[in-house]
Amino acid sequence: MLIQNDKIRLARHHQDGHSHSHPHSRGDTEVHSVKSGRREIKVVRRVLDVNDKMADENRELFNRHGVFVLNMMSSPGSGKTTTLEKSLATIMPEIKCAVIVGDICTTNDADRLAVSGAPVVQINTDEFGGDCHLAAHVIEKAARSIDLDAIELLIVENVGNLVCPAEFDIGEDARAVILSVTEGEDKPLKYPLMFRKSDIAILNKTDLLPYLDYDVGEAVRSIRQIHPDMPVFEMSSKTEEGMGPWLDWLKRQVRDKLQQA
Amino acid sequence: MHEMGIAMQIIEIATASIPTDEGDVAVARVNLKVGKLAAVVADSLRFCFEIAAKETPLEGAELDIEEIPVKARCKACDTEWTIEGPAFNCEKCDSGQIEILSGRELNIESIEIADEA
Repeated sequence: MLIQNDKIRLARHHQDGHSHSHPHSRGDTEVHSVKSGRREIKVVRRVLDVNDKMADENRELFNRHGVFVLNMMSSPGSGKTTTLEKSLATIMPEIKCAVIVGDICTTNDADRLAVSGAPVVQINTDEFGGDCHLAAHVIEKAARSIDLDAIELLIVENVGNLVCPAEFDIGEDARAVILSVTEGEDKPLKYPLMFRKSDIAILNKTDLLPYLDYDVGEAVRSIRQIHPDMPVFEMSSKTEEGMGPWLDWLKRQVRDKLQQA
Repeated sequence: MHEMGIAMQIIEIATASIPTDEGDVAVARVNLKVGKLAAVVADSLRFCFEIAAKETPLEGAELDIEEIPVKARCKACDTEWTIEGPAFNCEKCDSGQIEILSGRELNIESIEIADEA
């Protein structure tokens, strides 16, 4: 079902007794001699091909409706939901928003975000085997229950995790990663893929800095070591101090997307 | 953490790659290329694969994982180098404008089918 025939090239094992590999080219057929008694079939596919294709379809759908989609990621407890609550309260109703929020269990986050008045779809991944990330097909299903013509911004609050969500494209326009000052300054170095793939970073909970031995400069240096030119917004979503530049960035993205549509 | 999902995708792709005229065959080996930037732990993937492959044509198959280094090219000075540690600035001119050439792979390259005895 998933494989196109032209991608399969069946290679018959040589009966030459060699045990080492030595690819030849004979017309259009690649012949590989592999370990005696085996035949090798070329596949050459990305393992996450199905997810990537679904993500592309999602992206086309969102583009058709001129909706800017932001994938928000972070480790558990770094303030994704609070950042969203405060952000929605400021940018709505100027910008029409909807939220898809992923957790393994509970609708706690959706309950908190629904106060904003934005449509909120809670995904509990325990229905999908307790996944540690949101995959493209889950977003496709959730997006069906949102009126995409009625919104300009869709924020996806991913499952709290700095590893897996980085690997799964969901059809977003941009990725934001939140790091809070109660986490180590070197987290970007430990989770390079997440910080490499993100487009912006938020350094959150800066209101706690007086009580911590936290080196903001080192945290920013760690982020820039992985992603040299990435914008970093230092802010506290609790006190709302420093949120302006982040919200300006977000509004600009939504505006640019609307102009493209 | 998502290695079970990846193992299941590998099994789906590998099973679909067995030519339909082959009948009941067993896959002896799956050859993968995994970039060092991919969020995959090889031991965890092998463990999940072994469980997920039960009662499929891949039961007992070996996973061969070729690790692909992270290579980059500097857009400013054209230097190409292999990124060893967590630093993505050009090793020559320190520019941050770089292009990742490899290291993000998570590919299934081929499967090997055991000839019937």
